[in-house]
Amino acid sequence: MTFTIPIENGNGVKNAEADSQRTLYPYVTGTSVVAIKYKDGILMASDMGGSYGSTLRYKNIERMKAIGKHSLLGASGEISDFQEILRYLDELMLNDNMWDDGNSLGPKEVHNYLTRVMYNRRNKFNPLWNTLVLGGVKNGEKYLGMVSMIGVSFEDNHVATGFGNHLARPILRDEWREDLSFEEGVKLLEKCMRVLLYRDRSAINKLQIAKMTEEGVTVSEPYSLKTFWDFKAFTNPTVGAEGSW
Amino acid sequence: VKTRTVFNIQKAKIGAPKRFGFSGLRTKKTPFSDLCLKSLEEEARRSRNNQRSRKMSSIGTGYDLSVTTFSPDGRVFQIEYAAKAVDNSGTVVGIKCKDGIVMGVEKLIASKMMLPGSNRRIHSVHRHAGMAVAGLAADGRQIVARAKSEARSYESVYGDAVPVKELSERVASYVHLCTLYWWLRPFGCGVILGGYDRDGPQLYMIEPSGISYRYFGAAIGKGKQAAKTEIEKLNLSEMTCKEGVIEVAKIIYKLHDEAKDKAFELEMSWICDESKREHQKVPDDLLEEAKTAAKTALEEMDAD
Repeated sequence: MTFTIPIENGNGVKNAEADSQRTLYPYVTGTSVVAIKYKDGILMASDMGGSYGSTLRYKNIERMKAIGKHSLLGASGEISDFQEILRYLDELMLNDNMWDDGNSLGPKEVHNYLTRVMYNRRNKFNPLWNTLVLGGVKNGEKYLGMVSMIGVSFEDNHVATGFGNHLARPILRDEWREDLSFEEGVKLLEKCMRVLLYRDRSAINKLQIAKMTEEGVTVSEPYSLKTFWDFKAFTNPTVGAEGSW
Repeated sequence: VKTRTVFNIQKAKIGAPKRFGFSGLRTKKTPFSDLCLKSLEEEARRSRNNQRSRKMSSIGTGYDLSVTTFSPDGRVFQIEYAAKAVDNSGTVVGIKCKDGIVMGVEKLIASKMMLPGSNRRIHSVHRHAGMAVAGLAADGRQIVARAKSEARSYESVYGDAVPVKELSERVASYVHLCTLYWWLRPFGCGVILGGYDRDGPQLYMIEPSGISYRYFGAAIGKGKQAAKTEIEKLNLSEMTCKEGVIEVAKIIYKLHDEAKDKAFELEMSWICDESKREHQKVPDDLLEEAKTAAKTALEEMDAD
């Protein structure tokens, strides 16, 4: 397995191998995920982009996955850490299924498990560089929660990660209400995603919307939003700015 | 005045004839001496009986004390004795149908106080495979745990569900491992492993000796001979799993000996296209249907 070599330096003895295995910065990242509770369950939207720094490298990454029968997980941040989290959850759900006792883990339990994982990794200074959105419906009860890479975890009626916190949540705070129908919910999410598309440089115009109800999860086919770039101010952006061309 | 304490020394009694057992020894009567004497006498009697019966039933005297000893005619008796432990348990039946595997267990109920549905004898090893255990239940748990871990590690390394053949080989070599060292005893349980991978449904049986073969139909436990005869009568290549469930229930009900063992619970599981190629308990309504069909078949037989 791993063989640690102690290295003497100014700060005392350190383990070189252990240092090189800690996550220091993210490499391939996904941008925001936005999710809301609606009448029948949860709606979650995310785009399909994976950025490699400032390059929009990957354009077909599914950042939302179904977990078991009752939950839906969306992630922003490091894509490889998201894939690792999916592996942990796969093992968790497999062990749960093998009991074959009529019980299955619900969204609340999965959310708690993820909080423990994220918080413990943070305490070892080796975080999984993700902000996770966990939504689900079990026995008629809707659940929507979020866990960040430092282990901050909470539940709410509408959540967003990354830029979505600053651009989407104000819209949701104004316009979200209990008992949104499916069409109204999708419209609201598309409004948030459109703002993000205009203003977030790491967003791409290819998104998916996932629906989670008592019956199960459906993730839509990828599609694009209509955008409007013919604002007069865009045709001649530098008019009025001195010294620019 | 010189005082001299006199000890009531038992030495005088040592002159008494030394017999095997303690019946000749007379000790000072204390409140518990009666009990002690009784238990000692019983122990002596029991060990005498054991020696006598061992002389009568043992075929491998002297060569059966360790699993690392061969007998002069090339047998390892400890493994054969382990197989006897399997033969004493409730019957386990597995069949490979056209579209999947069906496994059934005749779970002999030790006490009326037990909750039905507890003490599962059929365990899921992975999504696509399951194991039915006959013999010592605790040994079976160990084998199932090992199989689960092998299946998980295969998927972790190779990224795909473990092929049933590979899984059976790994489990068989683990069972065989415990027949190679004197400080381990062989597993006292046989296992029927059923799975559905990309080569279709497959059924394997692993015995305490570590042998594993692939079968169309297999049975272990008390009624295995009768079960095997019944399975051979079935036309498995044409049967669907739904029909197979009913047939397995009929077989188990038929070979359950009402006189020797009182109550039993029928536990069944399947892996088929209908269960989305996942190992799960047979759904309750189908299980009830199978039980009623089996009971009516028995009544018809009795009526003849």
